[in-house]
Amino acid sequence: MLRPLPLLTAGVLAGPVAFGLLGTVLPAFGLLVPEAEMPWAQALSWPGLPRALGVAILSGVLSTLGALTIATLILAGWHGTRAFAWLERALSPLLAVPHAAAALGLAFLIAPSGWIARVPATLLGWERAPDLLILNDPWGLSLAAGLVAKEMPFLLLMMLAALPQVQSRRRLRVARSLGQGRVAGWLKAGFPGVYAQVRLPVLVVLVFGITNVDVAVILGPNTPPTLAVQVARWMMSPDLSLRAVAAAGGLILLFATLGVLALWLLGERIAGRLGLLWVRSGRGLPERRARGAGLLLAGTSATMVLAGLAALAVWSVAARWSFPDPMPEALTLRSWSRFGPDMLAVAGDTMALAALATLASLVLVIGCLEAEHRFGLTLGQRALSLLYLPLLVPQVAFLPGLQLLPLALGIGPSWPLVLAGHVVFVLPYVFLSLAGPFRAWDARLARVGAGLGASRDRVLWRLRLPMLTGPLLTAAAIGLAVSVGQYLPTLLLGGGRVTTLVTEAVALASGGDRRAVGIWGLGQTLAALLPFALALLVPALVFRHRRGMRHG
Amino acid sequence: MKAPPMRLALALAVTTALILPVHAQNAPDPSDWDAVTEAAQGQTVYWHAWGGATPTNDFIAWIGDRASEQGVTLEHVKLADTADAVGAVVTEQQAGRDADGSVDLIWINGANFASMKEADLLFGPFAEQLPNWRYVDVEGKTVTTDFTVPTEGYESPWAMAQLVFVYDGARVQDPPRTAPELLAWAESNPGRFTYPQPPDFLGTTFLKQMLIELAPEPAALQDPAGENYDEVTAPLWSFLDTLTPQLWREGRAYPETGPRMLQLINDGETDLAFSFSPGEASTAIANFQLPESVRTYVLEEGTIGNASFVAIPYNSSAKEGAMVVADILLSPDAQARAQDPAVLGYDTVLDLGKLSEAQRAAFDALDLGVATLTPEELGQALPEPHPSWATRLAEDWVARYGVAN
Repeated sequence: MLRPLPLLTAGVLAGPVAFGLLGTVLPAFGLLVPEAEMPWAQALSWPGLPRALGVAILSGVLSTLGALTIATLILAGWHGTRAFAWLERALSPLLAVPHAAAALGLAFLIAPSGWIARVPATLLGWERAPDLLILNDPWGLSLAAGLVAKEMPFLLLMMLAALPQVQSRRRLRVARSLGQGRVAGWLKAGFPGVYAQVRLPVLVVLVFGITNVDVAVILGPNTPPTLAVQVARWMMSPDLSLRAVAAAGGLILLFATLGVLALWLLGERIAGRLGLLWVRSGRGLPERRARGAGLLLAGTSATMVLAGLAALAVWSVAARWSFPDPMPEALTLRSWSRFGPDMLAVAGDTMALAALATLASLVLVIGCLEAEHRFGLTLGQRALSLLYLPLLVPQVAFLPGLQLLPLALGIGPSWPLVLAGHVVFVLPYVFLSLAGPFRAWDARLARVGAGLGASRDRVLWRLRLPMLTGPLLTAAAIGLAVSVGQYLPTLLLGGGRVTTLVTEAVALASGGDRRAVGIWGLGQTLAALLPFALALLVPALVFRHRRGMRHG
Repeated sequence: MKAPPMRLALALAVTTALILPVHAQNAPDPSDWDAVTEAAQGQTVYWHAWGGATPTNDFIAWIGDRASEQGVTLEHVKLADTADAVGAVVTEQQAGRDADGSVDLIWINGANFASMKEADLLFGPFAEQLPNWRYVDVEGKTVTTDFTVPTEGYESPWAMAQLVFVYDGARVQDPPRTAPELLAWAESNPGRFTYPQPPDFLGTTFLKQMLIELAPEPAALQDPAGENYDEVTAPLWSFLDTLTPQLWREGRAYPETGPRMLQLINDGETDLAFSFSPGEASTAIANFQLPESVRTYVLEEGTIGNASFVAIPYNSSAKEGAMVVADILLSPDAQARAQDPAVLGYDTVLDLGKLSEAQRAAFDALDLGVATLTPEELGQALPEPHPSWATRLAEDWVARYGVAN
């Protein structure tokens, strides 16, 4: 029962990616999709291609560099201080905020008629918003900024988790004793080890930055859109032959992404060399400025996301609200009574999908970990890279195939297909979140249990899992949040007929009803955040009489 | 897998295969309305309709309540683009799914109707057999041709649309009323005008409206676009080449849809917009989406108008239910509600002279809203060009302005 689970899990991770890539390669070469004529030629001759690809790469690389730099500066300059504790508390929930909801909030914030611009507009009495190309700019800079704000907390928390493994404290002490400043010392002594630990997450951020669709639709350019957005449009077109063009476009994006990854790895080496020279030179950094910049940038990006969410909330209860008023003329619940019931119904569907995907992932992950514990069955370091496979291969490169191949077998876009797609993306995060606590559980307790005559299953169900309630709930909350945020798998595998909070919210973004956007965006945020609140609350309640469990 | 469920599934599949062709031959007879309403009992109608504007979605939900009173369940499938529904029917036809299709009713007109009618993908004729057809203004409104294509009863009208321009009276005193005036206005007010990015239908309509204004012989647009295309459209492209740098964001970004373009006025980013529904501005004011100082107007030489229709795909699984919904849409109650700017603000397809006094009272009682023009002010709508023009204009626009600058 337990033994095949690790292999099955590996299959769940690698299978869809391999299957999907195959399903993308075949149509790109004129197979599988009827009436497709020369998909490669069509994709390559799309006049927007150079720009769409260039903007995608630019925004992806910029956002990764930005998020990594800010996270590093913060960690280097402020780890262990009170400001850091505050920032960590502010950033952790941001991790769960869905990309689309964060982008929708940011869009209103940074537009030339947005909340920020309304401050000088009110003070100076502007009647007209300045005609500045801030949102949807052709270079994808607002897209990159939005991605930085959303990915920085992710990288920061990943780096924080890696800190204990690299003994940064001791290294840092040595560096400081050699006269290095706080930031310079950390960069020289701590960063190389930490970066080696978070390298895969950094690459995930890079790939997501280049190939995401939901953020790019909202914040990215339109003339033309990024290549990933265009591929999704080709996929959704009623002209079915365009799906082959989408497949070819997806492969172009895949090759480009691989190229960027190769360059990134090369860049790592160059940075390493330069870093070594810098270490040997013994030169320091403008410490105060570096610390200030780190705090300012991290604080700004956290504030932006939170203010964006606040803007969604205000819009959802706004009566008339025209430029340049900083607040609505009056508040009303009219929009909630108009859109609330619909939103709640879809929220129910969304949560059902998320719960099933998370449950399936939990079963696989616990099975894997327990098999590892009982039989020593591990897939080793390679298994870890398998976990990252669905996150490292661009979604637009294998999701089209994941839709087209079943379609050729007579399985149309449907709810079960969407569910399966969600599991592929939920599973890695559940595994990464649960593996540590599961392995760290004191195995001597199992021996005591066995000595008292309990079977292995009984030990698992009555001892191990209950004691891991906290980590299990956290893993479940992460799984739910990941599922709630899945835009492209829901759109493509559901053929547009499976609606969740994120597909509705992104669809509304192109319409003009900001009140509806506010309600759907808030709904999506709450759907992702509430499970986290429960994951914190439930163990506190369950274990209120067990002091030893409070931090487990 | 255990045996019984398999056998059951197989048996079901065979029975369905046996029943369906017979069912398909037994197409309902629209003229026997009692039989239609009886067969409609318990049917679920999937209405594929553009879902980009919240007032329309609310109105369709209201129609759904009326339908359920007649035993029909109405589900609104919200589309980003009507072509998606056409594509779904085409796919089903290619897959041989000639009955029990997934689309029962489509909000349709123009090129989508023309292509479905030509490919024999529509059920009908049924429109002129609907009980409420007797109220329709057949003479006065363009309800029997659709973008020059005769409807022949294959689609039923439910709303009249006419292009109106929208401006904020607090910021603009004398809005431009011809294409050259618009260009001059944009040059003296750079960055204050834009239009939805084609192939969005409203953006494409703007291109058609400007083409009618600028073409030396607008009559040519009533025939399919042929070899004369380049010659007829040349003045439009030179107009757009001059206009584009004066647009909002210098034409480097466009609003995706019409509602988003109206939002730009509320945001103080632009001063001029347009809408295909004469009452949309009043509705938007009522919904807090536009400032109260917004007004509408039409161009000197008139503006394009057309009707919105509903059509039933040939493979619909609920043709009777779909006809019941089409009939509800034509009912004086629904038409008066659609015309209420607090709801939708769409002009009616009915001839008020054919209504009883009580029925007319609902229309007379309507406050059309501060920003809605009277029928006299709207004037005679200009006919839509043949659908082939819109298709080619949108493609050309994307190649010229939509991908690289």
